[in-house]
Amino acid sequence: MNRIDAAFARQRAAGRTVLVPYVTAGDPSIAATSDIIDSMVRAGADVIELGVPFSDPMADGPVIQRAAERALANGVNLRDVLALVADVRRRHPSMPLVLMGYANPIEAMGEAEFAEAAERAGVDGVIVVDDPPEEAGDLTALLQRHGIATIFLVAPTTPPERMQRIAKLAAGYVYYVSLKGVTGAGHLDTADVATHLAEIRRHIALPVGVGFGIRDAASAQAIARHADAVVIGSRIIAEIEGGDARDAAVRAGAWLSSIRRALDTMAGVEPTCATTPVH
Amino acid sequence: MAEAPSIPPLIPDLPDASGHFGPYGGVYVAETLIAALDELKARYERCRDDPAFVAEFEHELAHYVGRPSPVYHAERWSRELGGAQIYLKREDLNHTGAHKINNCIGQALVARSMGKHRVIAETGAGQHGVATATVAARFGMECVVYMGSEDIRRQAQNVYRMGLLGATVVPVESGSKTLKDALNEAMRDWVTNVDTTFYIIGTVAGPHPYPMMVRDFQSVIGRECLTQMPELAGRQPDVVIACVGGGSNAMGIFHSYLGQHDVELVGVEAAGAGLATGHHAASLCAGRPGILHGNRTYLLQDANGQIIETHSISAGLDYPGVGPEHAWLKDSGRAHYVAVTDDEALAAFHACCRIEGIIPALESAHALAYATRIAPTLARDRILLVNLSGRGDKDMATVAERSAVRH
Repeated sequence: MNRIDAAFARQRAAGRTVLVPYVTAGDPSIAATSDIIDSMVRAGADVIELGVPFSDPMADGPVIQRAAERALANGVNLRDVLALVADVRRRHPSMPLVLMGYANPIEAMGEAEFAEAAERAGVDGVIVVDDPPEEAGDLTALLQRHGIATIFLVAPTTPPERMQRIAKLAAGYVYYVSLKGVTGAGHLDTADVATHLAEIRRHIALPVGVGFGIRDAASAQAIARHADAVVIGSRIIAEIEGGDARDAAVRAGAWLSSIRRALDTMAGVEPTCATTPVH
Repeated sequence: MAEAPSIPPLIPDLPDASGHFGPYGGVYVAETLIAALDELKARYERCRDDPAFVAEFEHELAHYVGRPSPVYHAERWSRELGGAQIYLKREDLNHTGAHKINNCIGQALVARSMGKHRVIAETGAGQHGVATATVAARFGMECVVYMGSEDIRRQAQNVYRMGLLGATVVPVESGSKTLKDALNEAMRDWVTNVDTTFYIIGTVAGPHPYPMMVRDFQSVIGRECLTQMPELAGRQPDVVIACVGGGSNAMGIFHSYLGQHDVELVGVEAAGAGLATGHHAASLCAGRPGILHGNRTYLLQDANGQIIETHSISAGLDYPGVGPEHAWLKDSGRAHYVAVTDDEALAAFHACCRIEGIIPALESAHALAYATRIAPTLARDRILLVNLSGRGDKDMATVAERSAVRH
């Protein structure tokens, strides 16, 4: 069983919601991201999504755009992100690590070279925001040969017949974009999410993570009532950029701990880090 | 309409059903937009085959835009150059002063048929923004135009024009604060307001069906030339020349000539300060294939796939990508692409003003510059048809700044 499936299985058995923080690799620096990841693992992250910076992040709101701009100003690119994954992998052998980004940096490296390098580094899953099932067939097959899951997005606008198409390609989990908009937008409608998740589950057997618009314990709990995983990005980056860069890992970890506690309290399990399931 | 070409067309009917021109094009967008693009594609195909839609489009082109635009024989200039005869397709005489309005009318009619009353657009120099604001006023739609803050500073007059026409211009502060960032921001608006909003893309780029739809609306340019050239010059041209930024005016004039294999097609990109300097916007001449803004095409990018900043004296050519059909035409050899520097474009701009009494847009001046480069090398009975895609009134400040103004 790969690391993503194992993490979901373990937390499901423990009655817990899978917690998936997102950070942009290289913001404010590669070394800082490495510390931030350690801190998030301690805070109870189950899967870590690492953003690959791109010059034109069309699906992202201002917070993640700024993070990408800072990382690019540091000269951080896909190869640096893969080196970071290899480094993190040595310290956290069982933590699922997912790359999230846009098609062109992968295209520029070459899909075959990327798939090979990603496996070598210890990447478990890949989300390419602007590579929908229409275009993603080749990359998905390549990644699968290297044991890497291609994680697809499902949107409020995705009709049921498309969900079936996505189900054929997707692995790991699917990422439900909980609102029409860019990352970090507001106005999360929990009832609407619940309706859509029910529909998604009719067509896709994989666990469903929900992201876009989760910003505090209350919204995380509201989503966790329906989703297998909550994905949180912009709010963590706001924590990272909102103070002295040297303490970014501490702030990100402290904030994520508060979400972990809220999720565990709601689930009626002992609030703790994610290593030992407690019923 | 064109007569069927005597040789079977080398270029198959593209794009294919999934929006690809060979390896280029496609729908590289986030999942949220797929349903909207599918809906747009279905609706556009219905409109295209609906005689009532076509009749209304043609009526608007005739009575609002002022089509057909004439073809003009630049006799004095041709004589002075001492070679081939230069003919100009006068898109500069359209309402709003450029070819952009052809596409905006078409898309506004599609938007109306979908019941969408809010349109958005991206703009660089402001020409597409002005054309979108114009049709939004004409059809009573709300209009929001995204424009890089750097471009807003450089193109104050067009910003004012859009305001007069009732549009809201939103400054974009991200990235390089120019056209590509405006496009990113328009995409973000669309993904957020996809139920109520129609995105009027200004060029033959973006996700399928935009490259096809914009080309179809602009193809009126070449269709008119097919009948005008025999009337005026006695035959079709030997070479058709157009500037290429995103490439909509070039696709517009090339499309009807694709099947006429004895007509050479040349796209002219912006070489800026010179291709060797790196300060240019020549994606086809100096870029390599990649994925940006919803399609695979030639891009100006670094080794890591990050999009790089472009430079051209002409804001309308200042874009790091190009429409995917041009990428295909380049690879297939049906068209070829060259680049012209800022200085060459400026020289052609001044010559056109002085010799023909026509002030061309700096974009179009790139195509003119290439024509003046090759005309002297060709016999006097050769015919060059240049798409004069827009007028240069918007460029007065840029030209005055760059040139020692000649009286």
